[in-house]
Amino acid sequence: MKLCIKNGKIINPNTNFEAVTDLWVEEGKVIYIGERNDWKADETIDATDKWVVPGLIDLHVHFRAPGFEHKEDIASGAAAAAKGGFTTVCCMPNTKPVIDNECVVEYINAMASRANGVNVLPIGAITKDQAGETLADIGKMVEHGICAISEDGKTVANAGLMKKAMQYVKPFNIPVMSHTEEKTLTGGAMNAGENAQLFGIKGIPREAEEIIVARDILLAKYTGVKLHLCHISTKGSVEIIRFAKMQGVNVTAETAPHYFTLDDSILGDYDANKKMSPPLRTKEDVAAIKAALQEGVIDVIATDHAPHHYDEKNVEFEAAPFGIVGLETSFAVSHTQLVKSGLISPMALVERMSSKPAQILGIDKGDISVGKVADITILDPEVTYKIDPTKFVSKSKNTPFGGMEVTGDVAYTLVNGRIVYQKNA
Amino acid sequence: MLNRKDLLGIRDLSKEEIMMILERAEGMKSIVLGNAPKRNDLNGETMITLFYENSTRTRMAFTAAGKYMGANVLDLGVATSSVKKGETLVDTGITLDRMGTEFMVLRHSMSGAPHLLAKNVKASVINAGDGANEHPTQALLDFYTIYEKKGGFKNLKVTIIGDIAHSRVARSNVFGLTKLGAKVTLAGPGTLTAKSMEALGCTVTTDLKEAVKDADIVMALRIQLERQKGGLFPNLREYSQIYGIDEEIFKYAKEDAILMHPAPVNRGIELMPELIDSGVSVIDEQVTNGVAVRMAILELLREGRA
Repeated sequence: MKLCIKNGKIINPNTNFEAVTDLWVEEGKVIYIGERNDWKADETIDATDKWVVPGLIDLHVHFRAPGFEHKEDIASGAAAAAKGGFTTVCCMPNTKPVIDNECVVEYINAMASRANGVNVLPIGAITKDQAGETLADIGKMVEHGICAISEDGKTVANAGLMKKAMQYVKPFNIPVMSHTEEKTLTGGAMNAGENAQLFGIKGIPREAEEIIVARDILLAKYTGVKLHLCHISTKGSVEIIRFAKMQGVNVTAETAPHYFTLDDSILGDYDANKKMSPPLRTKEDVAAIKAALQEGVIDVIATDHAPHHYDEKNVEFEAAPFGIVGLETSFAVSHTQLVKSGLISPMALVERMSSKPAQILGIDKGDISVGKVADITILDPEVTYKIDPTKFVSKSKNTPFGGMEVTGDVAYTLVNGRIVYQKNA
Repeated sequence: MLNRKDLLGIRDLSKEEIMMILERAEGMKSIVLGNAPKRNDLNGETMITLFYENSTRTRMAFTAAGKYMGANVLDLGVATSSVKKGETLVDTGITLDRMGTEFMVLRHSMSGAPHLLAKNVKASVINAGDGANEHPTQALLDFYTIYEKKGGFKNLKVTIIGDIAHSRVARSNVFGLTKLGAKVTLAGPGTLTAKSMEALGCTVTTDLKEAVKDADIVMALRIQLERQKGGLFPNLREYSQIYGIDEEIFKYAKEDAILMHPAPVNRGIELMPELIDSGVSVIDEQVTNGVAVRMAILELLREGRA
């Protein structure tokens, strides 16, 4: 069966290819790029005025299962991913039980196999029960398919243990994804600084992030592990990462759309849907994060999709849990903030959201050259609308972007050549 | 009348609204002092106090204010309520709202709690102190006291000393006093002050003499004894000897300067007893003014609702 995606603008960063033409898919693979008058398509998708790009890949989501299925589960998370144009997502291990052994890994794999087809790659914990005391069953988890290790939501406080984790995981050739937060400096609920003073909310200082960014970069330098820094939010972190890359340290970094879109001046209404960790920072940080994305110091846009039930967020700001959803708004917000504003090219955006994350994971995705797997997202870059959280298919609606006008939406998401999401279908 | 449902903070009050409250409080003070009959303007209306943190002065001043205005005053004993069963603030608020309540007076340990309650109930919510954010009625009684003693605010130097960083009183005072035209200086040890508070439009210093120099008002804040456990200063002996306000340091202030404190005072720690008792203190008058100001607020909010 041949599927023809007709007349779309194909954008494929790995081959630096950008042209309006057709893309043919058969048996889950890209088989041809270009017009073929001699072939007959069994199915056709009209992609006129749309972008045809390698399926988006999100290195950082929380699907909450097992343990917190009232917030999200693998099926609802995968549905939200498909709606957001994501064909592969990596789910963090801060579940209950924690993803710290192969049984929990296999549970995620089983639930994912019953979901919509989106690739859900589990990330294993660094330490048993994320308690920061002994290493998790890292090797066994690798055998069962984890794509990385991370203590996300927490930092491994003990530098010696973090170094051992890096030394141990290095031969397995998967990245360590670091949540960078020095706990003895946190305890607040928003960025420390002038706006925290205005709103009377306890602060989380920028140095809490930057200290661990620096620590883990140094550990990566000496262990040679592949280090990936999660949700970078400060100007200071960007400067440290830029320096590390100049030194040749094997480090990559992600940020999330809220860190280059929103700043801490909007928290005066104490709405916990704007509360996440790390917190929204200052306008100066927002500008630095944007510049770092443009420059490539920050490699990847991830979402840190962190669903919470509305009851959990409808409480005192300081009592509410950290985290916001992001899968269903990431492309639209990123496209509006970065591409429509002229900061980066469409190709660069696709690189940050697909091909680069694939490279970090070392997986053969994020590329729609001939012969590659047909994980494909079709994007409508021109449609303008207001974000409506009630339309989210995620179980949770905790977003700070409700009501924001954005340009760009997902038209189709295909995994292995099969349509898993179609707008208005 | 106040054209708003709730009184959540000084940050979002205009100068005109603040002056309206102070002017209305003037007429209320003789009632508190027993020189004029009590009022019945709030007859048939209900005010509930919800105090998630301990309080003597604020809760009693609200209770007295409500009663002097003729309202039914109820208190939710938080410690013996369903809050202890885990009922959320929003659900507690809705429950009380449904019992027929015109005013809810909330004290809470978390910043923004009154804003959350206000969004979820029909009653007028009055913030009686939320976390490290604001304590608007305390600030209004401070403004009233200054207004009474100094006749206005223009170019007054007000110095606030102590645990600034964690103080909702300091924050509300800075918001209001700067709107009213006074110049505010905040002072305290490096761990209890923050330069970023200058974003509020005041000056921040760790130099006590500099702070007190030529002040019209010196306001001390209570050192919460648990701060020492947090490692924010070495011990109370050192605090009182370096940052405690005594007669010696008070001499740097203007000759007619007054001494204020939101109370309760740790005598001998942030304020030396000899200074308190030397005749410069208006701390006891602040208490009376606190009732008058709250009566004014209740009446102005009710007028706005009518």
